[in-house]
Amino acid sequence: MEKRSFAEGEWLYEIGPKNNVFSLNFKEVWRYRDLLFLFVKRDIVTVYKQTILGPLWYFIQPLFTAITFTIIFNNVAGIQTGKVPSFLFNLAGIVVWNYFTACLNETSDTFKKNASIFGKVYFPRVILPMSIVITNLVKLGIQLLIFIAFYLYYLTQGMEAAAGWTIIFYPLLVVVMGLLGLGLGMIISSMVTKYRDLTFLVSFGVQLLMYVSAVMYPMALVKEKLSQLGWLIEYNPLAYVVETSRYLLLGEGSVSAWGLTYTVVVSVVVFFLGLIVFNRTEKSFIDTV
Amino acid sequence: MKDIILKVENISKQYRLGTVGTGTLSHDLNRWWHTIRGKEDPYLKVGETNDRSSKGNSEYVWALQDINFEVERGEVLGIIGKNGAGKSTLLKILSKVTAPTTGTIKSRGRIASLLEVGTGFNPELTGRENIYLNGAILGMTKQEITSKLDEIIAFSGCERYIDTPTKRYSSGMTVRLAFAVAAFLEPEILVVDEVLAVGDAEFQKKAIGKMQDISRSEGRTVLFVSHNMAAVKSLCTKGIVLEHGKVVFEGDSNAAVDFYLTSDSNKTNTDLLSRTDRRGSGELKFSSVSLLDDKGDSVFEIVSGESARLRFTFERIKEITTENLVFGVVFRDINEVKVADFYSDEMGITFDKVLQNGYVDLEIPKLLLRGGVYSLDIVVQNGKIAANQIDLLHDVFEFNVFPGDYWKSGKINRATNVAIIDARFRE
Repeated sequence: MEKRSFAEGEWLYEIGPKNNVFSLNFKEVWRYRDLLFLFVKRDIVTVYKQTILGPLWYFIQPLFTAITFTIIFNNVAGIQTGKVPSFLFNLAGIVVWNYFTACLNETSDTFKKNASIFGKVYFPRVILPMSIVITNLVKLGIQLLIFIAFYLYYLTQGMEAAAGWTIIFYPLLVVVMGLLGLGLGMIISSMVTKYRDLTFLVSFGVQLLMYVSAVMYPMALVKEKLSQLGWLIEYNPLAYVVETSRYLLLGEGSVSAWGLTYTVVVSVVVFFLGLIVFNRTEKSFIDTV
Repeated sequence: MKDIILKVENISKQYRLGTVGTGTLSHDLNRWWHTIRGKEDPYLKVGETNDRSSKGNSEYVWALQDINFEVERGEVLGIIGKNGAGKSTLLKILSKVTAPTTGTIKSRGRIASLLEVGTGFNPELTGRENIYLNGAILGMTKQEITSKLDEIIAFSGCERYIDTPTKRYSSGMTVRLAFAVAAFLEPEILVVDEVLAVGDAEFQKKAIGKMQDISRSEGRTVLFVSHNMAAVKSLCTKGIVLEHGKVVFEGDSNAAVDFYLTSDSNKTNTDLLSRTDRRGSGELKFSSVSLLDDKGDSVFEIVSGESARLRFTFERIKEITTENLVFGVVFRDINEVKVADFYSDEMGITFDKVLQNGYVDLEIPKLLLRGGVYSLDIVVQNGKIAANQIDLLHDVFEFNVFPGDYWKSGKINRATNVAIIDARFRE
């Protein structure tokens, strides 16, 4: 064991009543990085234990959602998706949207779900929501695989290849989506510790949010048909991420420089706000949860 | 120069009683309103000392108030106090599980706690995977765990099952594995809270031995919280006594234990006579209760199945004859459920000299209670009819029973906080 020597008045750390707003202890998080990956491993390994289909569930959920959307929104309601097959169009939206909702839903439960661990041991609390976001990346990766499979299938059916070199920006979009989900999730999880009302809001709010996030329709369509409600989408950063991701994958839709800048700024602000709120709550949430 | 490794300065902790509801929101808003105007939190002033038996007016209580102490490197500090004195709160603050309301703790070493072993164990993961996960939760890096993996597995005695999911383990195996992980932590400061109360006798021995190793040979600093006065005396070099969230004694561990035991019995003495929640006509009043072990020493804990004597001292307030005196004792478990009761008239006992002596003893050849915390109600009445009470007091004494081995099978009985009845299964 290393021996540290300290001068008078010098301390390894101090425990006080409140964290400073910006005392985000990245060094400490780094020290616990092994824990982060062990949590990720735990979540991936244990989720589908004792299920028959196992990781196949990762495929089934987006597949059936995309089929349903195609039937209802494209075949029945007649939404046009340009040159791209509607099914592929929906799948592209759902995959990235799923990543956001998974991050948000799971992180917003952090304090409540882990109260028994948090009540006994200290480790940087932020490790848990971070592990959730990383775990979901794996899920996203698997879901992208089925997207690619269908993409290749449609290519053989004569669809024009549209994804170009810009595809390299796709991971950046995923990061933005992750930041948004994590940031919002951390804010909600901090508030849920005291007021449980928010749990209900989140569960149906996320569903409603999907309808204004351009998941099953192109952004332009709403601006054109529902001009008085267009601002709902105009100011929804999620809509830009979904729309842009579809553009990168399928070449369908639009890219707006203003929209993207706005989205990135909002995501970063939400993320840091989330960190700050989370950081303030983690010190004493165990008394109120 | 003294090598101070841990310095606790003015630590206080306030808790809000009751449930969280609309009132909480209004308090939060009020607090926020005071903060943005730069004023002091209005609810910090109203807290009362934490005494759960007396009813306070305020919704806020201080679980800890102005705690100050220093720990030198290599010292083993025993923290003693009654249930609810604030020991666990203090440990929670030290291990960073919750933050103090005021004050600071300065440390020159990493603190790890054995508050609860096995935190974060996932039943679906194998023993080996759980060692890694649990170790990392406790603050070890993967590399550290890998280097000690063989030792941990050997210490736990679970080699054969190490690649089996822990949900297939017996509860004993899970505890052993969990303790093994915790035992190989290498923090500069180790916090231990009543780990000795879990597991079987063999395991407790192992745990105490490991703690002695840690403190004596490795020179590590240990903070030790226990109700076991013998363990505190033998393990600790220094002790502090907490009472109602305040430090009432600080010094040598033997002196601290003595202070705790005597102050406690003094307190019950004065407490019982001064208590106002008594019923009865009041010719006699109970003044103190003590539990005596087989050597006649006053104790607060006893092993199940051992002999004991409960002594109830009383004072004669008015003239009374001894002819019809009936004494009664009710044992209650921690949830105030009756587990046993005794009345002197059923035993055909008359009290001839009891008024001269000023006390009455309840002799228990074998204390047949399972492990747990028990409290007593006592009554003295005139004849069999409960309505003719002379003095009746609830919750006069609390004592701890450690699980024993009633059936002499070599297996420690479950600590389920109920009475044991003489019974035996037959094929």
